[in-house]
Amino acid sequence: MGLRYVQPAPGFKQYLPKDYVDLIDFGPFGKEVDASQIGQFKEILEEHPMCAGCWMAYFVRVFYASLPNPEDTIVLGTAGCARLALSQAAVPFIYGNYGDTNAVASGLTRALNLRFPDKQKDVIAIAGDGGLMDIGFSMTMHSWFRKEKFTTIMVDNEVYGNTGGQESGMSPKGVQLKMAPKGKKFDKLPATELAKLAGCVYVVKIAPTNIKRLSKVIKRAILAARHFGPTFIHAYTSCNIEYSIPTEEVLRDAREREKKDFGFEEYMTDEVKAFFEEIEKKKKEVKA
Amino acid sequence: MPEQKVVDIDYLLKEAPRERHFITGAQAMAEAVKRANVDMAIAYPITPQSEVMHLVGDLYAQGYLKDYYRAEEEYGTMSAIAGASRAGVRVFTATSGPGLLRGIEAIASWPGHRIPAVLGVLTRVVNAPLSIQPDNIELAYLLHSGVVLLHAENQQDVFDMTLAAFAISEMVDVYIPVAVATEGFFVTHAKGYVEMTPEDMKLPPRDPYKAPVPVTDCEVPPARIQRDAPVQKSNFMSYLIHAVWQQEVWSSTQRAMKYIYKYLNGPIEVVNPDADVFVVASGCAAAQGREAVRYAQEEGLNVGLVKIKSIRPFPAQEVREALKNAKGVVIPEHNIEGWLSKEVKAAIPNSGIVVDGPRVYGGMTLPVELIMEEIYKILGIKQEKKVVI
Repeated sequence: MGLRYVQPAPGFKQYLPKDYVDLIDFGPFGKEVDASQIGQFKEILEEHPMCAGCWMAYFVRVFYASLPNPEDTIVLGTAGCARLALSQAAVPFIYGNYGDTNAVASGLTRALNLRFPDKQKDVIAIAGDGGLMDIGFSMTMHSWFRKEKFTTIMVDNEVYGNTGGQESGMSPKGVQLKMAPKGKKFDKLPATELAKLAGCVYVVKIAPTNIKRLSKVIKRAILAARHFGPTFIHAYTSCNIEYSIPTEEVLRDAREREKKDFGFEEYMTDEVKAFFEEIEKKKKEVKA
Repeated sequence: MPEQKVVDIDYLLKEAPRERHFITGAQAMAEAVKRANVDMAIAYPITPQSEVMHLVGDLYAQGYLKDYYRAEEEYGTMSAIAGASRAGVRVFTATSGPGLLRGIEAIASWPGHRIPAVLGVLTRVVNAPLSIQPDNIELAYLLHSGVVLLHAENQQDVFDMTLAAFAISEMVDVYIPVAVATEGFFVTHAKGYVEMTPEDMKLPPRDPYKAPVPVTDCEVPPARIQRDAPVQKSNFMSYLIHAVWQQEVWSSTQRAMKYIYKYLNGPIEVVNPDADVFVVASGCAAAQGREAVRYAQEEGLNVGLVKIKSIRPFPAQEVREALKNAKGVVIPEHNIEGWLSKEVKAAIPNSGIVVDGPRVYGGMTLPVELIMEEIYKILGIKQEKKVVI
């Protein structure tokens, strides 16, 4: 069904809210859009309650604009800042319990495969550093070990932002935060290394400073998960409130971290590499 | 595996021919799963439950189920069950004691998420100190979770209740999980006679579109679906949405009652309704209560049994009616806290007639003599002290 479920019955359209009708007429459903075209189509996410200058809100906006198949996408989230925006998008969203995204996504993906063996439904778990690397750690890791075919995206703000600024496993060593009154005693968890070891077929570390590149890796992570196995994006999405970054400095901060410890890294298996090369080749042929 | 044909729910549960088998409680649960057209099961080991999910794993290997895996632990299991159920397939899992408590954050959210899953609970001590024996204190934690909770006395009950659980949980006016509990070891690892429906008949498949809430499969409008987390709307909306949702969940639990009447002959069973003294019991304790009634009969005492099959919804009205002329009530339980005793006392106007106990815990057996002692006390019969070796 996919695209059809977005469309209202002909006589019904006039009674729907304008917001919904606009999504059908000018939204990204059934079209191939790119995040760099933002402003030229009605976005899946338009309003959100996140803080001014929140880099995670920017990431989430780009994320929704980059979905290869928004009409057949299900997003899962957990407690944290990201779900505040994720839950207001025009894509089905599941908020389960604390840190459970990758377990719920495992059941969901398998069940969708049973029901729709000939149809691609994209499942994406998008959660924070606390959700994926602390409370949900074993479920994150085991979904990767089991080679579950869905995408995991960690929006890493290096803090429990939504609960008021506590230390997380991804906070940098030495940083003083709530529940770390004398500063954090240990290093950031090596999330992308863990993902590679656990069997993710496509792993990216990125500070979102380049919208085209960000959009491309999001699409790639979703496409690779369809055919080959788990994929993972670790994105730096600063918390300008808890880390006291002035709103106008948020992009500059991301660029600094990109130079320092969030340099772009893209890992993929040979199989995935060949798959992307094939896609690129076909695109070039179409253009030519 | 034999070719299975789909038959009507009512036919399978009420009319289909039955054949007698001598099997364990764990086998009875798996045999029910075999006939329930289950799509997917997720397992995690814990004694004494493991036997059930081994057998369900065998069913998967034989082709009865389409997917099965061993999860990372119970929280992961219960969460994945929720994910699979939201995508529209029929799911099953089972656990015991500490496993139930590890999974309970997810389990307690199933009713609110409207997850029609079936959960086997094969009771076990909750640590500490460590033990693997069949104490049923864990069921106290399920009483306030919103799930329908059935408590099986024996292997036959395990089969009937598990099979019926799949039908009840997916009724549109119920659509919440059903837990089927029984005592570990006493029932799971002991054999009893079970009248079973033919193995070449199964329930109709789950129809995910026959539901009070949309399934999450990108096939049902509207596109903008948000079933959860009203917290970001406003405090007022948060109170309101949560309040009405809870009312709806608990009403759903109540609405399960008519199906418990339809498929399980009601939430209680009464033996000797004109008795002076009643033993009120659920699960394994009901079997001992039944024995006590037999002992009493032999001694010429007028004793009856009220077996409670459904703990949630709790049959308060039925219990009140059954006990209206009782002079005394004995409630034997396999836990120290006496959760069933509290339920019964709250349901009747004259709770003073209830004897608190006998209770055994830590997984001990429940000798019929302990129940008889309480009956004698109520009837004013003086017993000579005997030393039993």
